[in-house]
This record gives sequence, structure tokens and C-alpha cells, in this order.
Amino acid sequence: MELSFIIEKFILITVIFLVSLGIAAYSTLAERKIAGYLQDRVGPNRAGPGGMFQPLADGLKMFMKEEIIPADANRFLFIAGPSLALLTACIGSAVIPWGQDMVIGDRIIPLQVTDINVGILYIFGVVSLGVYGLMIGGWASNNKFSLMGAIRAASQNISYEIPMGLSIIALLLVTNTLSLKEISEMQHGGNWNILYQPLGFLIFMVCSFAETNRTPFDLPECETELVGGYHTEYSGFKMGAFMFAEYLNMFVASAVMSTLYFGGYNYPGMDYVNGLVGPIIGPLIGMAVLFAKVFAFIFFFMWVRWTVPRFRYDQLMNLGWKVLIPLAIANIVITGIWITIYDKL
Amino acid sequence: MESLSNRKKVLDQKPMNFWERLYLPAIFQGMAITFKHMFKKKETIFYPEVEREFSENWRGLHSLKRDEQGRERCTACGLCALSCPAEAITMIAAERQKGEENLYREEKYAAVYEINMLRCIFCGLCEEACPKEAIYLDGPIVKSDYLRKDFIYGKDKLVEEPLKS
Repeated sequence: MELSFIIEKFILITVIFLVSLGIAAYSTLAERKIAGYLQDRVGPNRAGPGGMFQPLADGLKMFMKEEIIPADANRFLFIAGPSLALLTACIGSAVIPWGQDMVIGDRIIPLQVTDINVGILYIFGVVSLGVYGLMIGGWASNNKFSLMGAIRAASQNISYEIPMGLSIIALLLVTNTLSLKEISEMQHGGNWNILYQPLGFLIFMVCSFAETNRTPFDLPECETELVGGYHTEYSGFKMGAFMFAEYLNMFVASAVMSTLYFGGYNYPGMDYVNGLVGPIIGPLIGMAVLFAKVFAFIFFFMWVRWTVPRFRYDQLMNLGWKVLIPLAIANIVITGIWITIYDKL
Repeated sequence: MESLSNRKKVLDQKPMNFWERLYLPAIFQGMAITFKHMFKKKETIFYPEVEREFSENWRGLHSLKRDEQGRERCTACGLCALSCPAEAITMIAAERQKGEENLYREEKYAAVYEINMLRCIFCGLCEEACPKEAIYLDGPIVKSDYLRKDFIYGKDKLVEEPLKS
């Protein structure tokens, strides 16, 4: 554990943290722009050229708002809720491999904060912790709409975590490892997991829509029924923290989907390009490719949000328990049979 | 029962078939439609820079007219204030002095003429009531502002520009 190691990790963490915050901030602008374009409008375009500074203006507005804590709310938990939501959203990106190892001189710098051998389980843990933020916030508000939203968030996350986990088991049968770094390396050369696990990917994607509380599964904050859902009583920066956490979760979910199923930082012709530009620029190009995939997924999230209407609550539960879980189990069985036969041949 | 109008239509709700129950084809169809709209011409009118064209009989901000010689037409009879259903118009009349004939057409004129734009409903009854053709609602949209007092428009904002030369 020498000093250079600490410095290198510190720089990497700072960069990833800032980049993910920046992406989350600009996701809010992208969401409004995409919503506008999908509806034959143009979206915000006043703050700066083409609305570039809109996130800054929104952030400033959030900070300037009055801090309101309802009289009967539990003050400590009321503040702890959004803080926890934001914290868990931020730490999810720690295990994602952003690129191949960078070689500077004789030092090998991995573009990943930490390569723990249970990477996927870590992400699962963090994502399911995230719902505590919503639950605590909704409960502490002392408001029936908030409580309803919190209950929905909790039951929705429990229901959709099961098919998500089951779809990952099928993926693990293929990859034989939980480490995201090894999974990324395995997909080198166009060998993407989506080709082996199309059904698993579909289940995983539907579940990540539910886990990040995005439309069509945004029942915890369903305006038409619950005023604002779990953040009914929130205003100002605490409300902003919840919103920010949602966009950060979306970013992490996109990164996880790209890494698990769409080859991570791999792209066709990677070895050729790496030989051309050397071991410093090469990994950075891989990183750019991964970010391009992430942005494509974020766009997909928004595209779906502005197309598909919200599910009814019983439909949501039907889909989770009666469709996705049996499908995921069937997927595991099929994958297992296929691997056994493939090994025998 | 027998339908009298012959327009009765019995809807039959068939149970959904397998593809419909999958939802996914319908979702992709919808997403294709929304994606097409990304490249359609946008309906937005960039308001302060571009203004929508108004119809001929659009009623906007009031203006107090002048006659051909540039004199104010208003004679402060108060009919507009009387006809106003929103009580938006007030005025104080004054007598024309010697030497002011080039300013006011009639022997009496409005020394103060105020319209409260927050009260005004832009019905155009003042326009109809005016016997001197002195007030018309032919202006633009009334601008937004921060304070209520700034919405009380006096003669400085209402009277037409004096004639050139």
C-alpha cells in the first residue's frame, strides 16, 4: 500500500465521482430536452446556449428554496432519508470497470476503483440499500401519501429484486464469475453476453426500470394517485437530493447493464486500435465507448418514460411475480441444460 | 332493445392473444412512433423573439387615439369607465385652457386616465361605448411585471405617439 497507489485511487475516485455527478445533473436537462423533442417541443433553451446551464440554474433554485420540515415529522429521519438515498446512489459505481488497465511506464493502473470478487452482489446490496432512503423519507414525513409511496417503493423493490437476481444467476452460469472485471474481459472480441442471454437481459432491464423507480414503474412517486409519493413533504435541497439520487441510480443501472450484457468497454476492432494508439490512449477510448453505451441506455430510459404509461399497481405485481419470476427460472433451467449439452459435445 | 337511431354499435372485447399479452410488440410500436416525432418540425414559437400572428379582431392593450392633427380625442365623458364590467378604468377630467387647442380636440379632456390591467378582462366594451372613437384595444399582449402597482397603466403608456412633424 504505497503512496502512489493511494494517489492513483484518489484521483480515479474523484474523477468518477465528479463525472457521475455531472452526468446525473445533465441527465435532468437531457430528460427535459428529450421529453420536448418526443412531444414536438424544444425543451428548455434559455439558460446559456441551447439551455446548457439549465442544470446549474435548477441546482441554484433548489439551494435557494426555503427548508421546510413538517411539524410532526421525525426531524432526524426526515433528513436521513434523502441523505441515504444520495449516498447509496453514489457508491454504486465503485466496482464498475471503466476501461482496460492503463500502462504508464512500468506501472499498471486499473481503471476500476476496486475489483472485489463479489462485484455483482455488491451492486445488488447497494441498490437494495437505496430503497431505505425512500422508505425512511416517506415514513418520517408523517403523511399518508408519503407513507403509501414508501410502502410501494419497498414492495416494488422486493418484488423486482427476485427476478433480477434470478436473471443474474443465469448470467453467472455462463460467465462463472461474480467479478465485473472478469466479466468485462470475457466479452472481449464481440463475445457479448447479450448473445447468450437475450431473455436474461430483457428481465434484467425490466427489473432495473423498476429498481430505479422509472416510468412505467414509477408508482412510488405517482403524481396522479399520491400527490408526490414519498417526496410529497420534501422541498428545496432535500427534494433535489431525491431527484439526484434517481438520476444517479439510472446512470449506475445503465453502466451495470452495459458491463454485464453489452461488452462493457469492449468494442469491435479493439485490439487493432489499441496497437495503433498505445496503452495510455487505448483504455481511454474503451472508456469513451463504455460511456457511449451508458448514454444510449440513459436515452433508452428516457425514451421509454415519455412513451409508455404507468402500470397499475396490481399489474405491476402481476408482472413481477407471475411473469418475470417464472420466466427468470425458466431462463436458468434452459441456460443450465444448454451449458450441460454444450460441455458434453 | 331495438336501436331507433341505427347508430348503436356493439363493441366486442376479445380476450388478448399471446402477442398482445406480451405487451412488448405494442410497446415497441409506441416507441417507434415517439422516435419519429423527434425529427418532426417543432411547434414551439419562441415568444419574445417571435410573435404569433393575431387575428383581425384580437383585443390587446388599449391605446388612446389622436385625431388627424395629433390632438387627443378623449373628452373624459366617462362612458368607458361606466361600461367597464370589471371597473378597471378611472379618470379625472380637466377643462381645456386657452392655447391648448393643439393638444386636445374637445373642450374637456382627461388629465389622468388609468386602466388597471389586472382588472381588465379585455372585453372591448369601452371601445364600443366611446362616442369619440378615442379608445381601441389594438395593442400587443400586456407585459408581465412584478408589482401590482405597475399594472395600473396611465396616460404615459396608453396615449398614442404624437404625429411626426
